[in-house]
Amino acid sequence: MLPLDIAFWVMAAVGVATALAVVMEKDIFRAALFLVVSFLVVAGIFVLLNAEFLAMVQVLVYVGAISILIIFAIMLTRNAHEGNPFNSFQLPALVLSTMMLAAIAFVAVNTEWHDWDQLGLQVLPGDSGEVFSATEQGIKNVFGNTTQVIARLLMRDFVLPMEAASVVLLAAVIGALALVRENEGEA
Amino acid sequence: MLEDYFRQYGLIAIFTAIAVILPGSLLVVSWLLSFLRIRPSKPNDVKRSPYECGMELIGDRWPQFNFRYYMFAILFVVFDVETIFIYPWAVQFKQLGFFAFAEMLVFILILVIGWAYAWNHKALEWR
Amino acid sequence: MSALETLLLVLAIFGVLTGLSVIVLSLIWLERKFLGRMQMRMGPMHVGPFGLLQPVADAVKLMAKEDLLSSLVDRVVYWVAPLAVFVPTFMIWVTIPVARDLVIRNLDMGLFYIIAFSVLSIVGLVTAGWASSNKYAVLGGFRAAAQLVSYEIPLILAVLGVAMLAQSMNLEEVVNSQSTVVYALVQPLGLVIFFIAGLAELGRTPFDIHPAESEVVGGPFVEYSGAHWAVFFLAEYINTFAIAALTVLLFLGGWLFPGISGDVSALGVLVFLVKTYLVILVVFWIRGTYPRLRIDQLMSLGWKVLVPLALVNVVITASYMFYGWSAWSLSLMSLAILGAAIWGLSKRMRTAPTPEYTVKLYVPAPEASNAG
Repeated sequence: MLPLDIAFWVMAAVGVATALAVVMEKDIFRAALFLVVSFLVVAGIFVLLNAEFLAMVQVLVYVGAISILIIFAIMLTRNAHEGNPFNSFQLPALVLSTMMLAAIAFVAVNTEWHDWDQLGLQVLPGDSGEVFSATEQGIKNVFGNTTQVIARLLMRDFVLPMEAASVVLLAAVIGALALVRENEGEA
Repeated sequence: MLEDYFRQYGLIAIFTAIAVILPGSLLVVSWLLSFLRIRPSKPNDVKRSPYECGMELIGDRWPQFNFRYYMFAILFVVFDVETIFIYPWAVQFKQLGFFAFAEMLVFILILVIGWAYAWNHKALEWR
Repeated sequence: MSALETLLLVLAIFGVLTGLSVIVLSLIWLERKFLGRMQMRMGPMHVGPFGLLQPVADAVKLMAKEDLLSSLVDRVVYWVAPLAVFVPTFMIWVTIPVARDLVIRNLDMGLFYIIAFSVLSIVGLVTAGWASSNKYAVLGGFRAAAQLVSYEIPLILAVLGVAMLAQSMNLEEVVNSQSTVVYALVQPLGLVIFFIAGLAELGRTPFDIHPAESEVVGGPFVEYSGAHWAVFFLAEYINTFAIAALTVLLFLGGWLFPGISGDVSALGVLVFLVKTYLVILVVFWIRGTYPRLRIDQLMSLGWKVLVPLALVNVVITASYMFYGWSAWSLSLMSLAILGAAIWGLSKRMRTAPTPEYTVKLYVPAPEASNAG
């Protein structure tokens, strides 16, 4: 096996194991720590996919920020040590996650994966709408600096989603504020 | 080119391993010293009680926190996500032209609105 | 990978290891001696010449110290927490150059990598507090999370300003682009924001809210002793050096110095180390001078002063780059905003009334008498 294959299988195994541990672990805080490890492994898989910018984003946002958010939430709960009970949602959760798995598997199977050797002509917008070909230079242009390509895509083709993202973030702030105020009303 | 890319992340993986082994070995060495009778290990009830300024434990071990503190975590996530949008733009915006420049100003402006809203509702105060 | 390359790599990793150990030992000595002198004391002086071997003695003592483990701690998590704090602080050294080409790996996304990994130690601190299952530790961990999270944003935005000026996230390119003028002069506002936020990230006075001895008796580290505590201590000093090194690389021109050719590596390292140690002395100087901020002041400073200033910094830097204004215009704007901020802040501090607090005394519930 190639080193890359070994790396992939190790990370995949650790990822699945930690994800299972998140569900099985009774102590919520430990479950959160397993979640952090799981996030880190996902970052590693992004690296294997040549998406280094996404890997860094995964570390910065999920491992750094989202986990802190989750830990804050845990600290606000009572009985964190006996929490995470296997409750009545078990069956619906199972159904839902099976459906998710099916959907993801379906997408993965149906996607046309552009392998290096059969990359043909992949259309990616360049400075003047040029097309990168599967030559060495073309691959270098796209995968050598994913950050630049992402910047171009965000600023040219996906302007609306990006601005929508900022509105969603705004909504998150306002939602959190509404929750805090509700809390105050009770007190 | 690609080999180089994977080599660089392989290096980071090696570094991670060292970063775990180094402090880990410190702990293990210290633990081993207890077998050589260099590190004493004579626990008793007083030593094993959690620190509470010399008093006996009062109340719950984990204090309850105000929900308001959660606000800071949310704000952090929001600004964190904002920065990951700004970073790719920041090293490229000269080539991307005026449209991208204006776009990012709008993006920042929307977030500043959220921040100002939070300030206005006294969510930025630690109480 | 050829044999020569492998050898070089092993040498580089050993270089980083020994370099960091020597630096940590020297920093401990320097801090104690410097603080001692500032307080008209001698500092360490009995172990070795000028007390130079004091940190070594400390290390030996810590390793051979009894491990006081409270019966309530969550053992596994308690073991993991020091590692979780240490690993990210060590990992960022992959890409911090100490001289031209003298770096383990010059990542193109270097700055982003450093930022992404520096956030991780927050999780470790909270974990330490939680695993100790001690009121002070949990409270300290919570404070640490709130503080570090708040100052991470201005830190990231200040770094962003530099990435914009250099049009690169590669640390070596950032330094090379300062060959005409250092960014401290172009962007003084960015430097001040970065330095203050960096101090807060380190949890040093005046921002030592989470280990505050007089309030939460050492915060997340209360229940840690011996080798476990030594790992936290090590991480803290490596972090101090890293923040100082980043200040030098991002704003003070790294290994560049007018009149000294940066092509000679040894000279470059020397220049870099001198600059870094000067920055660290400033950190110690601040520690010896200022009292600790109150936690509400700390949060206000972060969210109401540094975050908006950092955003303004990003916007003016972007406009300056985009419209190609001349360099002095940016530094003038930067200075003007900095001056206005300091003026406004000092005026507010002089006039603001002390907030009123209501202190709730602890009244034990009748049935909660099971302690003991």
